[in-house]
Amino acid sequence: MLDADFFIRWMTVTAASVDREAERLTALDSPIGDADHGTNLQRGFRAVRDALEKEPPATPGAVLTQAGRLLISTVGGASGPLYGTLLRRTGKALGDAAEVDERQLAEALRAGVDAVMQLGGAAPGDKTMIDALVPAVDALGDSFAAARAAAEEGAVATTPLRARKGRASYLGERSVGHQDPGATSAALLIAGLVDASADGEAGSE
Amino acid sequence: MKMLINVPETVVADALRGMAAAHPELAVDVENRVIVRKDAPVAGKVALVSGGGSGHEPLHGGFVGPGMLSAACPGEVFTSPVPDQMVRAAAAVDSGAGVLFIVKNYTGDVLNFDMAAELAEDEGVQVAKVLVNDDVAVTDSLYTAGRRGTGATLFVEKIAGAAAEEGMPLERVEAVARQVNENSRSFGVALSACTTPAKGSPTFDLPAGELELGIGIHGEPGRERRPMMTSGEIAEVAVEAILEDLTPRNPVLVLVNGMGATPLLELYGFNAEVQRVLGERGVPVARVLVGNYVTSLDMAGASVTLCQIDEELLRLWDAPVRTPGLRWGM
Repeated sequence: MLDADFFIRWMTVTAASVDREAERLTALDSPIGDADHGTNLQRGFRAVRDALEKEPPATPGAVLTQAGRLLISTVGGASGPLYGTLLRRTGKALGDAAEVDERQLAEALRAGVDAVMQLGGAAPGDKTMIDALVPAVDALGDSFAAARAAAEEGAVATTPLRARKGRASYLGERSVGHQDPGATSAALLIAGLVDASADGEAGSE
Repeated sequence: MKMLINVPETVVADALRGMAAAHPELAVDVENRVIVRKDAPVAGKVALVSGGGSGHEPLHGGFVGPGMLSAACPGEVFTSPVPDQMVRAAAAVDSGAGVLFIVKNYTGDVLNFDMAAELAEDEGVQVAKVLVNDDVAVTDSLYTAGRRGTGATLFVEKIAGAAAEEGMPLERVEAVARQVNENSRSFGVALSACTTPAKGSPTFDLPAGELELGIGIHGEPGRERRPMMTSGEIAEVAVEAILEDLTPRNPVLVLVNGMGATPLLELYGFNAEVQRVLGERGVPVARVLVGNYVTSLDMAGASVTLCQIDEELLRLWDAPVRTPGLRWGM
């Protein structure tokens, strides 16, 4: 079972990996976007990490809804509303249970991904975060590790695609040949599930 | 890359503090990043709120003042502001006559303003929105998020601002703003990429001797790269691209806009070529504005925006305006 502590760890390790990868995300965003994806997400996840540390919510759902609200209030751009909606809707779907199992998390995350697709109007193949999130949610029933692998594969698979949503879409054919920064950061979020459970099992921190 | 900054993290806040010191007629909330006309809310007047990423100065904070915007929300560099800023701005300027959000067509701006509109309406503020999407360089919008909003933002903000100042109701101000957008088209070229403070190096590689055609205002590459051309040749490409999409029967407003690093000497010379091409194509010109208005940090280059107007729009364009970035008649 996954408790609020697990979800706080998930957000914390994601904040750490976004910190670590911020430069790479921004570098991916400069040939096809406007070179700010890393710095924007970094600002948001730092705010999430600090808030969760100061006042840790009591339930898994509350951790994610609070994180989502903070991302909307701090990130800006498209990433703020999209990541914010992903976490907020996933959190709402978890309700106020004190603990949830992996299957409930997978269902809730699917609801979150659906909400993102509705908000941004993107579908798989549009070269967006959806290309990492949809395969990850499909694989989540097997294991966190399977979800991480699927998300990373999905992110890499955006390289030959032509962008149809977001800033990169204005480049048309010229967006081909670059890995999508949003799919890359989404893979970091999913990888955070593995790290959060490994941290928990090792009893560290 | 040398920049006149302290650290990248504080460029927006530092600029706002400097703006506040230079313009006591504006109320600048540095912490929450909202720039407001000091006399707002003005009783009975529709309020105009715009915003977007920083780095396009004087857009948008420089267009706050009588005759134009009631408030502006600057985001991080090239990043849309967050809904909290827009809700705060709307609450500060709403006199009860409603608020018009002027939104450029970028996914981030659209999503954040949509969220803000919902939140503001929950607080009892009547909100209307107009989307600016004038950039003809984005060709097959089937595969994109639609056309970008660029230079026409200035026309929309000025003309709708004058409409609001005259006391027109919200739906009328919104209709005027839409009419301006629907009759506006833009095309931009870059002679160099720009450098964001956070990245510290040019956002794309543009070799000497080449230029980018059909750029937006975020340092993203355009639709095509070609060997460098003369000012006259560039004017032909830009005006032709616009006229392929808009056949003006009425006179037009012309904005020859610098992207930030091109001096006025070049912009005026470019305007001479733009006027020549318009003359050859038989397009009557009502008013011309030349300068750096919708910029892209230190990008070199220029954009052309045409707006087909009628008598009412011309009257509203000529109406007095007093803002840091645009001022006449008062």
